[in-house]
Amino acid sequence: MPALSDRRPQLGVWKFASCDGCQLTLLDCEDELLGIAEQVEITYFLEASSAPGPGPYDLSLVEGSVTTAEDTERIQHIRAASDRLVTIGACATAGGVQALRNYADVAEFQAAVYARPDYIDTLATSTPISAHVPVDFELRGCPIDRGQLIEVITAYLAGRTPDVPAHSVCFECKRRGTVCVTVAHGTPCLGPVTHAGCGALCPAYNRGCYGCFGPSNSTNFPSFIPLLRRDGMDTLDVVRVLRTYNTAAPEFDAAVRKELPG
Amino acid sequence: MTHGESKVLRVASLARVEGEGALHLRIHDGEVAEARLKIYEPPRFFEAFLRGRSSTEPPDITSRVCGICPVAYQMSACRALEDARDIVVGERLAALRRLLYCGEWIESQTLHIYFLHAPDFLGGDSIIDLARTHRTQVERGLALKQAGNAIVELLGGRAIHPVNARVGGFHRVPTRAELRPLEERLRRARDDAEATVRWVAGFDFPDTGIDNELLALAEPGTYAIDSGTPTAMTAPSSAGLPADTDRALPTRTFPLATFPDHVIETQVPHSTALHSRLDGRRHLTGTLARYAISGRWLPPDVLQVAGDAGLGDPRAGTVCRNPFRSIIIRAVEVLYAVGEALRLIDTYEPPPRPYVDVPDRAGTGHGATEAPRGLLYHRYTLDTDGTVTEAALVPPTAQNQAAIEQDLLHTVQERLRTGPHPTDAELTALCERVIRNHDPCISCSAHFLDLSVDRD
Repeated sequence: MPALSDRRPQLGVWKFASCDGCQLTLLDCEDELLGIAEQVEITYFLEASSAPGPGPYDLSLVEGSVTTAEDTERIQHIRAASDRLVTIGACATAGGVQALRNYADVAEFQAAVYARPDYIDTLATSTPISAHVPVDFELRGCPIDRGQLIEVITAYLAGRTPDVPAHSVCFECKRRGTVCVTVAHGTPCLGPVTHAGCGALCPAYNRGCYGCFGPSNSTNFPSFIPLLRRDGMDTLDVVRVLRTYNTAAPEFDAAVRKELPG
Repeated sequence: MTHGESKVLRVASLARVEGEGALHLRIHDGEVAEARLKIYEPPRFFEAFLRGRSSTEPPDITSRVCGICPVAYQMSACRALEDARDIVVGERLAALRRLLYCGEWIESQTLHIYFLHAPDFLGGDSIIDLARTHRTQVERGLALKQAGNAIVELLGGRAIHPVNARVGGFHRVPTRAELRPLEERLRRARDDAEATVRWVAGFDFPDTGIDNELLALAEPGTYAIDSGTPTAMTAPSSAGLPADTDRALPTRTFPLATFPDHVIETQVPHSTALHSRLDGRRHLTGTLARYAISGRWLPPDVLQVAGDAGLGDPRAGTVCRNPFRSIIIRAVEVLYAVGEALRLIDTYEPPPRPYVDVPDRAGTGHGATEAPRGLLYHRYTLDTDGTVTEAALVPPTAQNQAAIEQDLLHTVQERLRTGPHPTDAELTALCERVIRNHDPCISCSAHFLDLSVDRD
């Protein structure tokens, strides 16, 4: 039996309702992947390995939202088997794009897609992991950022808190030297209320931020929404842009509810 | 297991595919009575919540169906939304889109070859295992995948859910100078891609064949990726030939606007993915279909490498119907995509504007492109102000599901007839290989396959 100090931390990667993109981000760490695999033992990661280990896991990365009754139980088991549990991506932290069902009649959704909706087992809601179990850290993004993922893994390996700033995309635009698309072109942009992490991609490609990293740590919607209106968005546009990839994030949800009549 | 009793066994989980599924095998008196690939990924209802969205939104939203092939979703959505307004983007924008798509082909096909599929042929459970025994090859695969990602990142901003594609073109187009750094990386990638073809051609392949119609887009003169006309090749049995015949069979085409009349989706109780049939018959899209239908238009240097790898000459009518050999074709497609990307960069002229205007008007539009794992069709109906009133997405894996089940049935049957009595673990491993051959993007949920075997 190896000495305790030789034991590599056990990593589990789990998936609920999602597109696979956040797990793929780990595989997209081409330069670091083999190095990471030397530091940790990837015990459970079905996208990449057909030899799932039983745990317990020192660190579990969870992708996806909870949308079935079975998944409400599965997340409990994963939590119980994991020392640290980190959610990765907009689905796991805010219900994902599939949380649009939360504002609709899910039976009607089923009937629109399936001839036999009775064959389909689904909950009426799509909820983040934190609605079901305690979460140690939430990494945002649709998809998450590769650099931030490596920071989270290395931080937990070193026993420290991840250094992932919670300020807005605007800071990243300034750092990148990108001209503000709102100020210069009157382009509606969610940068002021959106969590940093992508490196302010959209403004660098001449479009407004569409909020795929969810809310930043300090949002000021009463000041921000009039800015969107000034730049040509009507109520429906505002609702649509906030109700997309992070629709169930409390800050976005509250802002939308204020916009909607009645 | 007691003789005469039927029993359900849960013996394995399918890994190294995208999506959540289970396999159900029913064996009676040593014969496979039923093989079902059960896809039970939780539904995410894209087609329902796209209704009411603006016509500018589907490219970004539908990319979230799949993190492995987001560009395919963006390109099929753009084509359909432009078709609804009778807009065709100019040659330069089309070339840039093809370059973006080549990036996705390189990274997605390489992911499948090295991360998901190669361990089946070499032993080991993952690329991490392979890195211990085949370090040089694994590093080559990582570099090749990175070259594909570099194209998507440069043109799209990031490799997963890129942000730069839009209806009508791009938000921003690169200068010639911005594309130049890709060239050196792609020249190295071309060597890596060629070495990959030679490497996988040396794997051990069972002799088998599939008896399906093959469906791919065709664009005579080029290897169809981002556009083309749906083209179907007859199944061998319809021509009275064995499943593994390597002859080309008659093809027929139909206009994309009639796709819903030819590819009919139905729901089956055991799957959240809809099944579909092509003119009432089982069909397969993807690598084997593309190579059978478009292979003859590959450039001579790529055909030479493919011929040396044992794929025969598609110009002489040779067709590969062995799904185990799809890994070789996939590697050939990577080699083609790298060369095509270099050609597109070399001939690139920035378009006069990053996008063409696509004015709103009511209508229905159809769009199809070749995702790495097969033909991906989108249809949207728009009202006069550009609001989506109806959306339909027909992904390749849903189309392939019936063909994969047939392939499972056939392969397990062969195994039961020819070899010593297999254990459940052996059967599971075999079934997983059969499924992985088709690179199914079951996408959207947990990845595991519970194999249940009923023997009675």
